[in-house]
Amino acid sequence: MSTNIVTAVYIAASVLFILSLGGLSNQESAKRAVWFGIVGMALAVSATIFGPQVTDYGWLIPMIAVGSVIGLIVAQRVEMTGMPQLVAALHTFVGLAAVFIGINSDLAPPAGLAGAEKIIHEVEIFLGVFIGAVTTTGSIVAFGKLAGIVSGKPLTLPGRNLLNLVAVLACVWLGVMYLNHAGPWTLYLMTAIALIFGAHLVLAIGGADMPVVVSMLNSYSGWAAAATGFLLGNDLLIVTGALVGASGAILSYIMCRAMNRNFISVILGGWGTTTGAAQEVEGEMIATDVATVSADLQDAQDIIIVPGYGMAVAQAQGAVSEITRRLRAAGKSVRFAIHPVAGRLPGHMNVLLAEAKVPYDIVLEMDEINGDFPDADMVIILGANDIVNPAAQDDPNSPIAGMPVLEAWKARQVIISKRGQGRGYSGIENPLFFKENSRMLYGDAKASLDQILANLPS
Amino acid sequence: MIIGCPKETLTGEKRVAMTPESAKHLQKLGYDCIIQSGAGAEAGFADAAYDKAGVTVVKTPAALFKQADIVVKIRGVSDKEQSLLRADQTVISMIWPGQNPDLLETFKSARSNAIAMDMVPRISRAQKMDVLSSMANIAGYRAVIEAGNQFGRFFTGQITAAGKVPPAKVLVIGAGVAGLAAIGTATSLGAIVRAFDVRPEVAEQIESMGAEFLMLEFEEDGSGEGGYAKPASPEFIEKEMALFREQAPEIDIVITTALIPGRPAPKLWPAEMVALMKPGSVVVDLAAEQGGNCDLTKADEIIVSDNGVRIVGYTDFPSRMAAQSSTLFATNIRHMMDDLTPEKDGQITINMEDDVIRGATVVHAGEITYPPPAPKVQAIGKAPAAEKPAELTPEEKAAQELAEQRRKGRNQIGMLIGGGLFMLLIGAYAPASFMQHFIVFALSCFVGFQVIWNVSHALHTPLMAVTNAISGIIILGALLQIGSSNQIVVILAAISVLIATINIVGGFMVTRRMLAMFQKS
Repeated sequence: MSTNIVTAVYIAASVLFILSLGGLSNQESAKRAVWFGIVGMALAVSATIFGPQVTDYGWLIPMIAVGSVIGLIVAQRVEMTGMPQLVAALHTFVGLAAVFIGINSDLAPPAGLAGAEKIIHEVEIFLGVFIGAVTTTGSIVAFGKLAGIVSGKPLTLPGRNLLNLVAVLACVWLGVMYLNHAGPWTLYLMTAIALIFGAHLVLAIGGADMPVVVSMLNSYSGWAAAATGFLLGNDLLIVTGALVGASGAILSYIMCRAMNRNFISVILGGWGTTTGAAQEVEGEMIATDVATVSADLQDAQDIIIVPGYGMAVAQAQGAVSEITRRLRAAGKSVRFAIHPVAGRLPGHMNVLLAEAKVPYDIVLEMDEINGDFPDADMVIILGANDIVNPAAQDDPNSPIAGMPVLEAWKARQVIISKRGQGRGYSGIENPLFFKENSRMLYGDAKASLDQILANLPS
Repeated sequence: MIIGCPKETLTGEKRVAMTPESAKHLQKLGYDCIIQSGAGAEAGFADAAYDKAGVTVVKTPAALFKQADIVVKIRGVSDKEQSLLRADQTVISMIWPGQNPDLLETFKSARSNAIAMDMVPRISRAQKMDVLSSMANIAGYRAVIEAGNQFGRFFTGQITAAGKVPPAKVLVIGAGVAGLAAIGTATSLGAIVRAFDVRPEVAEQIESMGAEFLMLEFEEDGSGEGGYAKPASPEFIEKEMALFREQAPEIDIVITTALIPGRPAPKLWPAEMVALMKPGSVVVDLAAEQGGNCDLTKADEIIVSDNGVRIVGYTDFPSRMAAQSSTLFATNIRHMMDDLTPEKDGQITINMEDDVIRGATVVHAGEITYPPPAPKVQAIGKAPAAEKPAELTPEEKAAQELAEQRRKGRNQIGMLIGGGLFMLLIGAYAPASFMQHFIVFALSCFVGFQVIWNVSHALHTPLMAVTNAISGIIILGALLQIGSSNQIVVILAAISVLIATINIVGGFMVTRRMLAMFQKS
């Protein structure tokens, strides 16, 4: 296969990848779009393998075979609630591969480079390894946090921003030395610093900012691939890396906007400082019980369910789905309101509900459903807190002031299923819980819902 | 404690304040229930049914008042019953304390407590015990049924072999609970329904019930306290009359429900309107008890005007549907008892700190506690007034848009120039091979941004998984290096191939799994 044919195949693969991402604009075309991606990948990989540049298949075939088997097993086994961890783990691989390829390129540089081309090549190596290393450890820590192995609390070392700055400056300095041919040790030292930097960066970010972190790492893994493309002079890698990088960047931006946070403040970790005291919350939380909620559910006509991370933790989506099915069979309108940052991954709640066979056309986005809350007879909030906090609109001193929220409090009745009287991730009081029309249903979400289910006619 | 329900003494009152169903709930709260023999007969609840529900049937009101610690009734106590009241007895019924100061004195001198169901504050939490709403709902429904009874034609339009029947046109004035119920009923019978209210914010409710809201071009908000209307200015009334005059000749059925708290009903449908209506039309005046919205209304009677319009002035609509209204009333009372029995131990606790109970309690511990202080919570959230931004003239708007566009244009040009200079800088120093790749890179970023914005929010997780899979394209780099002569390079490249393959296969497979789960209903 000649180089030109390989290039032609790469063009086809690029187009297929773009179509694959574009197809995700709706659920039906998405099912087709994923095949575009698979075909594009198969074309690109086989063109490279059978192309003129690859001659030795001794290592290649077994590695691909083993990798495919592992990939298949992982994809089949993963729980949908475990998606965030899986995504983070997969980012690690891309980052690590970028590091290895960069180091390889340093060990065995392509022949015939001189002058500016050589310098550019070395800059590319250095940059590729740096981004790859940050992605690797950042993703490992993100994986640990999402899987509950590492504490979700932000690690706030004293002077952490200074530490980060020192690390970046050190890397820049090592880079200058590397370009002046101080030796490969500069590259290895930089890799070590970048690895620590990546870990520290994500350790400082709290659990509920994870959607931003995961999409940010997604973006990094794309840029790492693009940098690798530059250093190998491979356009397909550049195109794909840029697509992935752009996708991650947009997702991070959407998530930040949904939390009314600045991207920089999320990345720097910790929680923004507030000005002045938060409003005093008046009233008291009124508890209710399963029997009352079941009876009220049967009286209600228009029901909106707001799922949050608590639903995922309690694995309550199956019970939710069954309750939805029965209520809908009884002729009631049941809809789901999804806040962009509900859960730990962009779109996490949609996937969980889809897994539990909740039809996607009753799962609505915040902007689509916010206007309907005043007409709802009943809103059920499952393990969500900050995303339904009216303080975001009423209290300019609240840390979440200005964050777009689901206006659940406008409904006739609000049932809040919650484990205890604790506060949300942001650690602020939620005035919704104290409203006249709010009732607290304490206990594990799944246990409560199972009992409600038992009280509903099947 | 014992809850007793006597037979209503007022003639024509068919309702009963306790049903077998509500008695069961009251017993769950720890109370014993007794009822006077025959109390529910006219509402269709026989003594035997009460007996079956565990309610003791007693013969006389005297015996009932003697035994019961709590007396539940529809209407306030009659003269005869007043003598039966005893100390520490609690009476829960409609009392209308504003109109019946003497009755309050009676309770006071008997040292018994009185809880007025009609005084329950109109806040969300208290909706379940709001008898005014539940009775108004019935009245609105029944008003349409009574109108249909008097009206000689169909409500719904029909095209039959025997000819075409036009649909009836119904005008509902006042879109409170009764008005909305009337709109709903008339709409479901197939009539064309129009509705009018002085409070512009109810337009949405009217439209949601399927009626057309008659807009009045006038800058005045008729909303008063507690979601009720307040009296209108003379100019407003004049406009309103003009609107009605326009409607009257077309309309077949008028249902008026306009009430202003503590005042006689406003005269919204004067004799001249009746004169404009077609013969055979019907006016149902739900405000008849407060003097009527129509000049010609006579309470408790149907009269026929000179031009053959029937005007229904019944005041007992809920009582005409005694079975339904008793059920709802009894449920309201049961909810009140729920709140009065926080411990569920059959002991009544009149907690004067509770807004709802405080508002409804008119005589407590030998003191008249009417009128209550204003509730802590504002009854019904009023839409903030005058938040409209000043109306802009078209020129101003155009100027604003132009300025906005210019600003955007300037920003864009600035970014393009900045970006262009940056490119020039790179181009000046970088070799040609780099520039070629850089073009590809820049265009790909651009395409990526365009494409990703269209991805639906619900598919963000699949998007991450699929981008994950395609970022496994990094395998190409490893594939190119695996044939190297340097052993370390080969090993690192082999590991890269392995993990990139996991990425590709795992990413695509998990995306497929996820997408397959998204199902339409």
